[in-house]
Amino acid sequence: MSLLEVRDLRVNVDDKPILKGLDLTVEAGEVHAVMGPNGSGKSTLANVLAGRPGYDIDAGSITLDDEDLTAATPDERAHRGLFLAFQYPIEIPGVSNMEFLKAAVDAHAAHTGASEPSAVDFIKRARAAAEQLHLSADFLKRGVNEGFSGGEKKRNEILQMLLLEPRLAVLDETDSGLDIDALQVVAEGINAFRAEDNAIVLVTHYQRLLNYVVPDHVHVLIDGRIARSGDHTLAHTLEDEGYGWLDD
Amino acid sequence: MPEHAPELDDLVSQDYAAGFVTDIAADTLPPGLDEQVVRAISAKKEEPGWMTEWRLDAFRRWQTMRPPRWAHVSFQDIDFQAISYFSAPKGDRPKSLDEVDPELLRTYEKLGIPLHERAKLAGVDGSEQAVPEVAVDAVFDSVSVATTFKDKLREAGVVFCSMSEAIAEHPDLVRRYLGSVVPKPDNFYSALNSAVFSDGSFVYIPKHTRCPMELSTYFRINAENTGQFERTLIIADEGSYVSYLEGCTAPMRDDNQLHAAVVELVALDDAEIKYSTVQNWYPGDEQGRGGIYNFVTKRGACLGARSKISWTQVETGSAITWKYPSVMLRGADSVGEFYSVALTRNRQQADTGTKMVHIGPRTKSTIVSKGISAGHSRNSYRGLVRMNPAAAGARNYTQCDSLLIGDTCGANTFPYIESKLPAAVVEHEATTSKVSDEQLFLCQQRGIDPEKAVAMIVNGFCKDVFRTLPMEFAVEAAKLLEVSLEGAVG
Ligand SMILES: Nc1ncnc2c1ncn2[C@@H]1O[C@H](COP(=O)(O)OP(=O)(O)OP(=O)(O)O)[C@@H](O)[C@H]1O
Ligand SMILES: [Mg+2]
Repeated sequence: MSLLEVRDLRVNVDDKPILKGLDLTVEAGEVHAVMGPNGSGKSTLANVLAGRPGYDIDAGSITLDDEDLTAATPDERAHRGLFLAFQYPIEIPGVSNMEFLKAAVDAHAAHTGASEPSAVDFIKRARAAAEQLHLSADFLKRGVNEGFSGGEKKRNEILQMLLLEPRLAVLDETDSGLDIDALQVVAEGINAFRAEDNAIVLVTHYQRLLNYVVPDHVHVLIDGRIARSGDHTLAHTLEDEGYGWLDD
Repeated sequence: MPEHAPELDDLVSQDYAAGFVTDIAADTLPPGLDEQVVRAISAKKEEPGWMTEWRLDAFRRWQTMRPPRWAHVSFQDIDFQAISYFSAPKGDRPKSLDEVDPELLRTYEKLGIPLHERAKLAGVDGSEQAVPEVAVDAVFDSVSVATTFKDKLREAGVVFCSMSEAIAEHPDLVRRYLGSVVPKPDNFYSALNSAVFSDGSFVYIPKHTRCPMELSTYFRINAENTGQFERTLIIADEGSYVSYLEGCTAPMRDDNQLHAAVVELVALDDAEIKYSTVQNWYPGDEQGRGGIYNFVTKRGACLGARSKISWTQVETGSAITWKYPSVMLRGADSVGEFYSVALTRNRQQADTGTKMVHIGPRTKSTIVSKGISAGHSRNSYRGLVRMNPAAAGARNYTQCDSLLIGDTCGANTFPYIESKLPAAVVEHEATTSKVSDEQLFLCQQRGIDPEKAVAMIVNGFCKDVFRTLPMEFAVEAAKLLEVSLEGAVG
């Protein structure tokens, strides 16, 4: 049984086909990198996996741990362990990061029937995770993404991943806009998360993240389809030669 | 697209927990208003002659006035002859809590209002924690049915009683201050209220006294086709402090009911009054049938130097709200504050805001208004800041933010600034934002269900105002918003 199976996924946005029959199988313990030119459908794939409204699924299926999630609501998918790190994280003014994280962790606990962590335990965990990502503690008191720099927003996404411990993390260009130090911090966060019982789908444009987080598989998405798959060396080839050679 | 994609519009329902009717024998005047009715009300309340004359004078002035039309609300003209102006539970006013009709006690219990003098125990995280005592004046239709903790307050010299009692027992204070802040002919509804006001609360805090507990009045409309016209007067003598809370509910009915209250606050030198309202009158149904017309005049006078009046309101109810709690800043260095959260949904209409009139030197005012609109509702902020020539060194800061939920609601901001004083500082900031599908999706992606998500986003938006509420009230206000936003998903 695979952790994630995507079968012949066809997705339209405003009647325009964006994903045109996409297949992807991810096993537990694996890291998959998804690369491809701008506009090829990478974020669309990530959003559709997470169940974002506004995308018409024309055909195909999404299965997580043998459970068909194609029609599930975003919160149901989250409860099943699907996590999306956003390419463009948005703000929720006035709602503190801590409050938001606690609500998210409590919602997951409620779903599994586990007891909610006590406020004290939770604060300790959140502070530890923030420290791990080189974010100061008062950062947890600020409004969700409110006035965060681009790099802080990305680190905040990883912070949420570490606290929610998903089964499948889909990271949409979490490495974009990070300085060299932040990239390393984020990569360390991802590697700390990486384990035998979870999986990661990394959407990225750059080899530099893959130097730190070495993927098991690399896929190239072109015009709504996976045009090529390979091991981590495929990313090097793309770095050197671009996508042109895959066109024919 | 997922099957159950939540529509923001649908996240707003009309569950109204306070919508029940209490079955109790009532003594109600037939509908209609003329001098005889005014006299009858005064007689029922066994008022002295000066009070009857005061009412009649107000009635005569009211007859020459027209309802205001400038508010950004629309409704059919009210037939003032179709309303009953007095309704009270049958029997004499109970002398003590033991004499209160058990049916009434049950009503207040159901509404979560403690009409007893036990300290409330609330289990927070399993631990039992004593909540501070609150003295309650319970007004049911036209009369006050009970006031708690009177003895304890009397020891501190604090007077907290119904307006009817105050007229009998503290006539000097009433004659001196009633109508001094909101004159009878101030506006159409204040004139009407002055003529027919039924009951309400009276508070006097003596010099240099900190009121030993929170005071609160709970207004309940029960009878059908009855208007509620309560009158509240709070006087804080020199160097005193009081925090006062007001709550209100009404049964669900298809007809509109009129609520036209007048609240007057007076703060003398160095006195401070904090007045908080959680207004949850029945708002009407999804089609806009029924609900309370809430046409209220609230005004405070900072008469003394360094006095302070602060209004905080959380408005979730009423079909129409027309309300501008104001402060007249006369005393030098006096301070006026207005913090407001107004939530409208379905077909509710709110035109609310404040007036800060700077008369004395170095007076300061702060206005923070948060309007949240959902459904087909209309939510307007209307605020006036006036700087009179003598108000040298006066400052105002105004911030008004609107939050829209869905695409069918509307928000407006009408700020008026009148300054005869070039040096006065008037700052105004306004924003309009939406609970976006992106925010909702972010919350859902993190496992938070859409209803909780909307409540959390709205709570975050209101944080600056909730901070100013007394603690238990802040919790209640947050819960009330959550309930008001609760609804079917999908
Ligand atoms: N909501 C939308 N409305 C209209 N078009 C859309 C929408 N979302 C995506 N598209 C279109 O779908 C195509 C794929 O977009 P997508 O964001 O998935 O690309 P991407 O591979 O993530 O690109 P990038 O590398 O620039 O992030 C683009 O042509 C885009 O314009
Ligand atoms: Mg993208």
